[in-house]
Amino acid sequence: MKRPENLGFRLGTGFFGLVLVVIVVAIGVELFRQSWLSIQKFGFNFWRTDIWDPVAGQFGARPFIWGTLYSSVLALLISTPIALGIAIFISELCPDRLKPPLVFLTELLAAIPSIVYGVWGYLVLVPAIRAIEVAFPPALKTLPFFSGPPFGLGMLAAALILAVMVIPFSSSVAREVLKSVPVAQREGAYALGATRLEAIMAALFYARTGIVGAVMLGFGRALGETMAVTMVIGNTPRIAVSLFAPQYTMAAVLANEFSEAADNLYLSALIEIGLVLFVITLIVNSLSRLLIWSMARPARESAANVVVPAAESAA
Amino acid sequence: MTFTNRRRKFFSSVFVAFCAASVLVALVPLAFVLFFVVSQGIQALNFNFFTKLPVPVGEQGGGMVNSIVGSLILVSLGGLFAVPIGIVSGIYMSEYAGTRFASLVRFAADTLNGVPSIVIGVFIYGVAVMPFKQFSALAGGLALGVMMIPIVARTTEELLLLVPGTMREGALALGATHARAVFTVVVPSAAQGIITGIVLAVARIAGETAPLLFTALNNRFFSTSLTQPISSLTVQVYNYAESPYQDWHRQAWAGALVLVIIVLTCSLLARFATRRLEGLRSH
Repeated sequence: MKRPENLGFRLGTGFFGLVLVVIVVAIGVELFRQSWLSIQKFGFNFWRTDIWDPVAGQFGARPFIWGTLYSSVLALLISTPIALGIAIFISELCPDRLKPPLVFLTELLAAIPSIVYGVWGYLVLVPAIRAIEVAFPPALKTLPFFSGPPFGLGMLAAALILAVMVIPFSSSVAREVLKSVPVAQREGAYALGATRLEAIMAALFYARTGIVGAVMLGFGRALGETMAVTMVIGNTPRIAVSLFAPQYTMAAVLANEFSEAADNLYLSALIEIGLVLFVITLIVNSLSRLLIWSMARPARESAANVVVPAAESAA
Repeated sequence: MTFTNRRRKFFSSVFVAFCAASVLVALVPLAFVLFFVVSQGIQALNFNFFTKLPVPVGEQGGGMVNSIVGSLILVSLGGLFAVPIGIVSGIYMSEYAGTRFASLVRFAADTLNGVPSIVIGVFIYGVAVMPFKQFSALAGGLALGVMMIPIVARTTEELLLLVPGTMREGALALGATHARAVFTVVVPSAAQGIITGIVLAVARIAGETAPLLFTALNNRFFSTSLTQPISSLTVQVYNYAESPYQDWHRQAWAGALVLVIIVLTCSLLARFATRRLEGLRSH
């Protein structure tokens, strides 16, 4: 294997692999370089202040961080139980014949382009939400979650759309993770007289790291989702708890204002938001992959241990 | 049967019902989106849509021929960048699986796959728009390519790892070099799967909007120049949907319908191809 042409093959293909590494590093370096002007000028105040006024040269990015985190957390609260329910139904409960079509349909949910969700959200969902907000009982409107005038556009629409978009990602990873739980583990639970719920809870507990990883992967998707959110969240840089209030996210401000940024400082401030979005999603995604991977590996090893003696006895 | 047992059975049934219901809950928005896209989109989808240029506000009719051609150009450019890099780096990851550099490449691919598409747009703006002071189709294609590379690379890797080691060893035993064994025996035996992966990756980037907003920008006119701003179906749909005009909303729905048809066709094609693959493998 030490022949020179084999070394050439290794270096040749490795070069293309290097391209991927270079792109990732270049994204980080380029974003940092371009946002240096803003980092230098505002420092940490950029992330501590609330006023975003490009005309006056005031850039405080806290509302965007808030909007991104709030919408993503709300989306996860809605999507996690549903995604886990789907994963459990497909992998544990439904008849084999039903599996492929259900998998296909949930994957279709992920395949529909973000912009199509956006068009639907903006032209169908938002008017529907506005109607609900108008008809909302005044007694409940005193609660901080439902306060404010009925715009339709706002946090509720964004969280709902995000939840729909995140479900297929979390549920497909959760399904994979459940698949890696040894069958013996479930059979053991049933042998002890467990009900379906108890057996599945045992499997979920066994797979808990991977399940958390699946949910985090969905979180990473939600943080970076751009078009659908931009079209329904109302694009108002103000921190609010109300689900009815129009707000803004980091991805949305980039989509909306980037091509209009007239001066260098404005552009640099926007790129700094991009940099932070890049770093946050990088951390969330790496952590979630680590969790999923640490779950899948020991399972595969123990599965191998089970298989080997069985094969020997068969021989 | 004791009371506790009955309660346990009851909770178990409730749980099963909840899981079944969550499948239905997820399918409701899918049905809603598809219903509205088809029923609204079909009204504006006609021959003109595919052959005419957009018309100014107030004028009836018009189409999106410039955006459709633009999208084709952008996706082709993206594929041109991404397919060679993706396939060859996928080959590297599978042939040298277990080496430290292969793990690094895999980490880079997964990281890149998770980078929000809008951030990729900002990156390409910095490297391919700002230096030339010009939005261009080339920059847009580059952005789509960067999004596509990790998908192609990971699919290629996973499919090559499924090829039985005996095939590679057979070729090597006959005196083939490593490169020859890989390119004439290993890769061709996984080719169908790799092509399926590429089709799915194309479907995904064809629906991308965010990375094009400030790289390819948009263009009201018919353009095939790679160094000029170019229109795309997705960005045009975005602009039309955000406008206050009913007529443009209809056009946006029609554009959305075209996008959904592209995605559905690709997914179905890929599904049939993988089913055939699985059939071949099990025999």
